[in-house]
Amino acid sequence: MQIIKDKQIIDDSWNYIIDDADLEPGDISVSLARWKKDKQQLLEREGKLGVRMGPADSVEDFAADLKDLQLIELDFPAFADGRIFSHAWLLRGRYNYQGEIRATGHYLPDQVFYLSRVGVNAFSPEKTEDLPVTLANLDDFSVKYQTSIN
Amino acid sequence: MYQYNQNDQTLIEQRVAQFRRQTERFLKGDISADQFRALRLRNGVYIQTHAPMLRIAGPYGILSSRQLRKLAHIARKYDKGYCHFTTRQNIQFNWPKLEKIPDILEELASVQMHAIQTSGNCMRNTTSDHLAGVCIDELEDPRPYCEIIRQWTTLHPEFDYLPRKFKIAVSGALHDRAATQFHDIGLHLVKNDAGQIGFKVLAGGGLGRTPVIGQVIRPYLEKKHLLSYLEAVLRIYNLYGRRDNMYKARIKILLKESGLEKFTQSVEKEWLLIKDGRELSDERIAAMQTQFARPPYESDAGQDNSFALRQQENKAFATWVKHNTADHRVSGYRAAFLSLKAPDSPPGDMTDTQLDAVADLADQYSFGEIRSTHRQNLIFADVKQADLFPLWRQLDALKLATPNIGTVTDMICCPGLDFCSLANAGSIGVAKEINEALDDMDYIHDIGDVKINMSGCMNGCAHQSVGHIGILGVDKKGAEWYQLTLGGSSENEAAIGERLGPAVAKDQVTKAVTTILDVYVQQRLEDESFLDMVKRVGITPFKEQVYADN
Ligand code: SF4
Repeated sequence: MQIIKDKQIIDDSWNYIIDDADLEPGDISVSLARWKKDKQQLLEREGKLGVRMGPADSVEDFAADLKDLQLIELDFPAFADGRIFSHAWLLRGRYNYQGEIRATGHYLPDQVFYLSRVGVNAFSPEKTEDLPVTLANLDDFSVKYQTSIN
Repeated sequence: MYQYNQNDQTLIEQRVAQFRRQTERFLKGDISADQFRALRLRNGVYIQTHAPMLRIAGPYGILSSRQLRKLAHIARKYDKGYCHFTTRQNIQFNWPKLEKIPDILEELASVQMHAIQTSGNCMRNTTSDHLAGVCIDELEDPRPYCEIIRQWTTLHPEFDYLPRKFKIAVSGALHDRAATQFHDIGLHLVKNDAGQIGFKVLAGGGLGRTPVIGQVIRPYLEKKHLLSYLEAVLRIYNLYGRRDNMYKARIKILLKESGLEKFTQSVEKEWLLIKDGRELSDERIAAMQTQFARPPYESDAGQDNSFALRQQENKAFATWVKHNTADHRVSGYRAAFLSLKAPDSPPGDMTDTQLDAVADLADQYSFGEIRSTHRQNLIFADVKQADLFPLWRQLDALKLATPNIGTVTDMICCPGLDFCSLANAGSIGVAKEINEALDDMDYIHDIGDVKINMSGCMNGCAHQSVGHIGILGVDKKGAEWYQLTLGGSSENEAAIGERLGPAVAKDQVTKAVTTILDVYVQQRLEDESFLDMVKRVGITPFKEQVYADN
């Protein structure tokens, strides 16, 4: 599966492990709930770790753990759920998170310019056909009125 | 008025290009209707009963003559020869074709206009006092702050997918002409005890289904913190506003459910974390103020004698001056209203011919600037008193001089069943019927300040809940019925109108309105306004007469 990271199309090395499945080797991400439950077990294994959070989760809730995480996935259940944009801003702007922030789920290729401005630097497309338009849309605007992350 | 710099221009051009690509993808079937809906709404495009409707932003109501001519051109080329001014100082076209909208937006961009965020669940056009900068009761001109807010809200990356729409209004005068108590955020320029000017911040006001009067969340905010404070409010709303039910998603519900104290605490807590490093500099404010510098007024304008003379000679002119002009802070000047409420035309509508002619008159008499008001009229803000007579004659020929500003026939009215797919009932036809029944100007002037607001459904686009007389179209088994309210106001003494009684049938609305006015004329005290009388006596005397036959 290919994704966009830092404006490049690359092969994705990460696997998302659903809540009741066994952990796999390699780079994996898990839900925030699972992270909280199995933190110790997760930290003891080899490979990078990521957490997938949804709009109803709170960044503040696991801010202390950010140092152990190389990836935060912001998962859109529906494109209109704009809480994700504030979560991204909080991760970068308030907690100074330096790892990868990736948009997943049902967002629109038309939202990626805004997402990149609030600090999202990777995009997992809903459909592979969306990759070119997603990449192009990162350059929708060359000017901006507000300070944000980018 | 504000003139775009290169960045402003680039931004709106890139926005047009973006929307053109999105429209093409939609027409090719690459985007679903639901996804495209969110994108087109953020560019002012609704799908209505007959055709798409395009809503164009009128930033805090200010337009140039060049922009008005462009609207005339668009009306001719892409629409049916007219446009509509709304209660939020925006402009609507009712008949454009979807595939032509990118072309229309490109035409608009050529005169520094756009339709960005005029609909959808995002931050909308910032509105203000239509007499900003010229009225006599102003502490400070709100327009520079409006433009700073306009820029900040435009394409804000974090707050474009809010729980619901979000509207900001700014007022700098003692008399609130911008309905700031009925906005998601209302900003009032005020003086603190030390004599400095800053903002009183209100939040949670709104009209629509559940009208609520805004509450003060901060009595005084230093100007330099304007944007960080807005950011704090918007972040709290974006994160915690309800998204499970669109009727409970406005910030007013969040404020109500959290309680004023808790809501204010969360905002203040967020603000303290971000306020440093985001200050508006004095230079930025000063630079913006120069964009709204006073035009070159003539210092001897007040010495003219013709104005008084003309009023003595010509009763019709004197009547127009009395009702359709307002005091100006510069001696020898007045602000002149152009009434878009001629008896036989839909409230707020203007034809291409009128638009072109008004643009010429603005160039000749008012420094090329036109403003739109919350009551769907226009204003020339800076007319020399000696010019009022020739201006009046020309406006009269254009049917724009009906001397009814602030009177009962200066109704605000949404498009209703004629255009809007959400409507329960017609409003334009009813407005026309009321207008025909009230054809005696002397009677209208005797009644004085009575504001009738009429909406075709609960969404309340014409703000019926704050009308002195509110009329709301409701659906009763497929028939058009109308619910009346009395005593609403969107000004300083904000109030939500009280229901008069059961809804009335369409053919009874005009009679109900004239009955209400008759009760007022019969029972008022000397010099008592309609609103004051409703406050004094309540709705019972009106109710008894309106429902007397039942
Ligand atoms: S009030 Fe209702 S009918 Fe009137 S324009 Fe708004 S949505 Fe349409």
